[in-house]
Amino acid sequence: MTTAPPRAETSYAPAPDPDDPPVRKLYRSADGRLLGGVARGLAGHLGLPVSWVRIVFLALFMADGMGALLYAAFWFFVPLGVGGVEHRQPAPADARRRLLRHRPDKGQVFALIALLIGASIVASRFQLGQADGYLWPVLLIGAGVALVWRQADNSRRAQWLELGRRKALLPMVRGAAGVLLVGVGVTGIVVLQGSVRHLGSVLQAALAVVVGIALLAGPYLVRMTQDLSEERLMRIRAQERAEVAAHVHDSVLHTLTLIQRNADHPREVARLARAQERELRAWLYKPEGRGKEEDEEPATLAEAVRKAAAEVEDDHGVPIEVVVVGDCPLDEPLGAQMQAAREAMVNAAKYGGEGGAVQVFAEVEGRTVFVSVRDRGPGFDLDAVPEDRMGVRESIIGRMERHGGTARLRSAPEGGTVVELEIERAAPEGEI
Amino acid sequence: MSSDGAQRDGAEQGETGGEAAEGRTVRVVLVDDHRMFRTGVQAEIGETGRTGVEVVGEAADVDQALTIITATRPEVVLLDVHLPGGGGVEVLRRCAAMMTDAERPVRFLALSVSDAAEDVIGVIRGGARGYVTKTITGTDLVDAIFRVADGDAVFSPRLAGFVLDAFASSDAPPIDEDLDRLTQREREVLRLIARGYAYKEIAKQLFISVKTVESHVSAVLRKLQLSNRHELTRWAAARRLV
Repeated sequence: MTTAPPRAETSYAPAPDPDDPPVRKLYRSADGRLLGGVARGLAGHLGLPVSWVRIVFLALFMADGMGALLYAAFWFFVPLGVGGVEHRQPAPADARRRLLRHRPDKGQVFALIALLIGASIVASRFQLGQADGYLWPVLLIGAGVALVWRQADNSRRAQWLELGRRKALLPMVRGAAGVLLVGVGVTGIVVLQGSVRHLGSVLQAALAVVVGIALLAGPYLVRMTQDLSEERLMRIRAQERAEVAAHVHDSVLHTLTLIQRNADHPREVARLARAQERELRAWLYKPEGRGKEEDEEPATLAEAVRKAAAEVEDDHGVPIEVVVVGDCPLDEPLGAQMQAAREAMVNAAKYGGEGGAVQVFAEVEGRTVFVSVRDRGPGFDLDAVPEDRMGVRESIIGRMERHGGTARLRSAPEGGTVVELEIERAAPEGEI
Repeated sequence: MSSDGAQRDGAEQGETGGEAAEGRTVRVVLVDDHRMFRTGVQAEIGETGRTGVEVVGEAADVDQALTIITATRPEVVLLDVHLPGGGGVEVLRRCAAMMTDAERPVRFLALSVSDAAEDVIGVIRGGARGYVTKTITGTDLVDAIFRVADGDAVFSPRLAGFVLDAFASSDAPPIDEDLDRLTQREREVLRLIARGYAYKEIAKQLFISVKTVESHVSAVLRKLQLSNRHELTRWAAARRLV
């Protein structure tokens, strides 16, 4: 812990948050730490620059290694928090990103090297090598324990962030290294005690004990991990349920209230119910993120048809059933076709809406796009419409012909009107 | 489909023709996990004036459904797609033997609030003879029940759209070229259903009889259950046959 990395110097000015809750607990910082995050956590807690705390630790370290002991104590006993205390809000996302592509940054490597150098200075000053034979094994054990503990640390942090898919190999290697270090240390002590002769049999016995424990505890451990993952799954489910509940509460209940208030206006009730049904359906069955940005211009035929139908449905309170087969990007002729189709839907809703739902069918077949709008109203006779009424002639037939398409209107013999619009797509680049 | 049209369709069908259809009773089991909805369906059926539908049992989940269907052997089961205990598909899977029973086959009509493609195709593949959404009117529902009881299929426009869509997008893989695909005529019929025509209107438009339209639709259903080799493999694997 000699120098802080440059980025930490600049970004960690002690700026106490005015909204900070008064009771602050000491956490080690998981974010931007060099070793255990003790210095950063303390700095955040005390409201000091992190470099000051580090210098203090360093000074204490020089004084008979007090700093190291203190640091180790903090490391073991202070729980790990997410993010420095200075900036809580952006921390989770940031920390998650750091976890996902975690690589030992320069500062950390530097800190480790400095630690080693410091340790060797301390060791040479006290001439520990000669003084006490037990010290090296103890140090080894300490290092192993620290490795394993840091491991637990990381897994706890990962659990905190609900990060299920962390890399399994690295933690295992680290855990194994820790165990190995402890083992070597213990063996060293045994050797120093002079009981080398029994080493073989002791190792055998130890191995037997370990295998026995593994056999006994193995199934239990397996079950426990299974329970844990199951519990995690349940938590995710619960979260999803909560989200659904929130949505249902926000939109559906409000609509139901509106419907209760408008109980005397059947048309308004039907309109509200249809709009809510459509919204809920879009929310439930459409892939993530769709159906939420209703205001955006549709980019494909299917979206355009659905949007037009939804708007007409809202405006006129007549249910419109839409069936779309195939899809293609919207180009200029198709845009014109959509406008014509919309006009047809409005007509159908206005004059044929009493007979039941209006049916809209759109199909993309090769380069031909076909749209039919059908109602079950009283029917329609184009010749009977006065010359000066341009709605159908211009908005539907004329528009289609100007863009090289065709429009057919006919009265279905069973009652109702059918409008069929057919057009070729302009650009063949988006070939299906 | 328009109610009176469908009613006349019923009259045109051979053995149940004319007034005989009025005297006939179809025994129905309702499977839905919402009691309110079951009550609603009962009321709707009662209001239509055609007393030919008799609800002989209700069930709220897969196990109950199995018990009641085995006990009452109805002609038609109105089946919700989303059910506790495995969903409508599970009920269909466990009732597979009853569906193919030669003497008194049990037929399934899916009745769901969802019209998502995977739900619809899933229960049709499972062996349901029709699919209607819960927005259907009582009259149309009774018509659909009678139609399914007679062994015909009931397609909603949306369902026809899904089928057309599936076949339109499967033009690319040449694997299922030799296996049965929809014929030109069947696609034509589907297209008209997707446009919201009733069977009778389709018959008029294509100059064929209603019976022919229905056989086309049945053929579509049959092909839809196993539309290509890939699907066949999956189906077999799902039932532990391979």
